[in-house]
Amino acid sequence: MIQLMEKEDAATAADQRNEIVLDTRELNLWYGPEQALKNIALQMSEKQVTAIIGPSGCGKSTYIKSLNRMVEMNPLVRITGQVMFKKRNIFHKNYSVEELRTQVGMVFQKPNPFPKSIYENVAYGPRIHGIRKKKLLDEIVEKSLRDAALWDEVKDRLNENAYGLSGGQQQRLCIARTLSIEPEVILMDEPTSALDPISTLKIEELVQELKQDYTIVIVTHNMQQAARVSDQTAFFLNGEVVEFNDTVTLFSNPNDQRTEDYITGRFG
Amino acid sequence: MKQNTDQMNRMKQRLLLNNLMKHSFLFLTLIALAVLVILIVQVFTQGIGWLDWNFLTSKLSLNPDRAGILGVIVGTILLMVVVGPVTMLLGICTAIYLEEYAKKGRVHSFIQTNISNLAGVPSVIFGLLGLTVFSRMFNLGSSIVAGGLTMSLLVLPIVVVASQEAIRAVPQFLREASYGMGATKWQTIRRIVLPASLPGILTGMILSLSRAIGETAPLVVLGIPVLIMPVPDSLMDDFTALPIQIYYWTLDAVLTAEYANLAAATIIVLLIVLFIMNSAAIFIRNKFQKRY
Repeated sequence: MIQLMEKEDAATAADQRNEIVLDTRELNLWYGPEQALKNIALQMSEKQVTAIIGPSGCGKSTYIKSLNRMVEMNPLVRITGQVMFKKRNIFHKNYSVEELRTQVGMVFQKPNPFPKSIYENVAYGPRIHGIRKKKLLDEIVEKSLRDAALWDEVKDRLNENAYGLSGGQQQRLCIARTLSIEPEVILMDEPTSALDPISTLKIEELVQELKQDYTIVIVTHNMQQAARVSDQTAFFLNGEVVEFNDTVTLFSNPNDQRTEDYITGRFG
Repeated sequence: MKQNTDQMNRMKQRLLLNNLMKHSFLFLTLIALAVLVILIVQVFTQGIGWLDWNFLTSKLSLNPDRAGILGVIVGTILLMVVVGPVTMLLGICTAIYLEEYAKKGRVHSFIQTNISNLAGVPSVIFGLLGLTVFSRMFNLGSSIVAGGLTMSLLVLPIVVVASQEAIRAVPQFLREASYGMGATKWQTIRRIVLPASLPGILTGMILSLSRAIGETAPLVVLGIPVLIMPVPDSLMDDFTALPIQIYYWTLDAVLTAEYANLAAATIIVLLIVLFIMNSAAIFIRNKFQKRY
C-alpha cells in the first residue's frame, strides 16, 4: 500500500513536469487473423517529440494510425487495450472519432492536399468545425501558413490550386492544414519519405519549431531523422516495442541487442 | 538463316496474309460506317426540306403541310423535367449509399448485382412495369409523370453505375485527409467526394437523359394516344415525345406518304439533340478528368 502511494506520488511529480498526453496501455491490434500490434505500452509527454522507428512491416504505421483511430477505416481491424488521451480512453464508445481527430491531427506519408486552392485547403478545417466569418478564416489561414513556414512562399497566390506547389510545399501545406484546427497532438506518418533532402530538412526544422506548442509523434524509417528531431524514441519490431527510451540513450547506449543491430544497420 | 526458295515462299505467304487481314478489317469497318452514312444521307435528303422554323413551332396536324412538332418538343422537354431530377436524386443517393456508407457484404453485393441486372432488362419490360405501377396502380394514365417515372426507372442503373464509378475514382487519400481533421462522413462526402466526382456524375446524367430522349418502347407500352395531341401544359397531361412521334408518323406513312418526310425531319431534330448532349458529356469528361 505504501509502495503504491509512493508510486502515485512519483507519477504526479512526473505529471507536473511534463504531463502524459498519450498513454498506450496493452494495445493489441489484428488485421483479420494476423496480429499486427502486440501489447504496446508507450507514454508520450506534452510538447515532446516521440519518434517511432523500425523496419518495414513492424507495425509502426499501424500504431500511429491507431492513435487517431484512422486504422479502423480498414473493416478487418480488431483492437483490444486502451489509449488514454488526456485520461480518456479513445476507444470508449462515447468518444467520437470526430472529436478525437480534432484533438489529434495527422500528417500523412504522401502529401495529400485537396484539389482546391491553397486558401481553401487551410480553411477546410475551421470550416468543417463551423467557422464561417471570412475575417476569422483569413486570420486562421495566415497564422497556420506562417506556423508551417509556408506563408512567404504562397501569400501572393492563395487562390491558386494547391497542386501547383512542389512536393515539399504541399507537405507543409498539409501541416498548415493540420495546424488550422489547433490540435493537441500531431501525428506524422513518415512525412518526408516522398520528399527531396532539402524539403526534408525544412520539415525537420519545422518539427523543432512546432514542439514548442504541440505534442508530436513521428514515424520514420530514417534513423538519422529520428536522432535529429526527437526527444524519445520507440523501436518497433514484429509488432512489439523492443525498446523505448530517451533518444540520446537509445541511440548511444541501447539496452537490447536487437535495437543495437538495427540502429547500426545490421538489418532493416 | 540461309535463304532458299522454300523460305522465300513462306515469307511471301505470311506477308500476303498479313495484308489480306488488314484490308478485310478495314472493309468490314467501312460496311458499318456505310450503313450509318446511308441512314443519315437518306434521312437528311428526305427530311431537310421539311425542317424549317414553322415545323418546329407549329402544332401537330393531320395535314402534312401544316404539321409541326411544337407539342412533341414540349412533351420531350417536360419528360426530361421529370426524368432529370428523379434519376439524379435516386441515382446519386443510391451510389453514395453503396460506395460510402454500405458495409461491403451480402446485402451490398445483392443490391449491386440487381442494379447491374436492371441495366440489362429490355425497355419494353420497364414499359410494362410503368403501365402496372404508375398508370394503373397510381392512376397516372399515360401522363408525362407516368412516362417520366417509367423512363427514370429505365435509366436509373446507368446513373447509379456511372456515379459509383465516379465516386470510386476519388482517391482514398483525399477522404483520409478529411477524416483526419475530424470531418464527419457527410462533411467529407459533401465537401470532398461529391465535388471531385461531379464531372463523372454529370457525364452519366447526360448520357442517361439522352438515352431517355431516344427510348420509344416504354412509351408505346404506356399507351400514348395516337391522336393529334395538343401541346401539353401540365405534367399530368397526356403527351407525345420525339421518338414516339417518329414511330407513329412512320406507321401512318402507309396511308399518307408525306408523313415519312415529317418523320425524317423529326429524326434530324432528335439526332441533333442527341449529338449535342453526347458532345456535352464528352466535353465535361475531358475537361474535368483527373486533376489530382
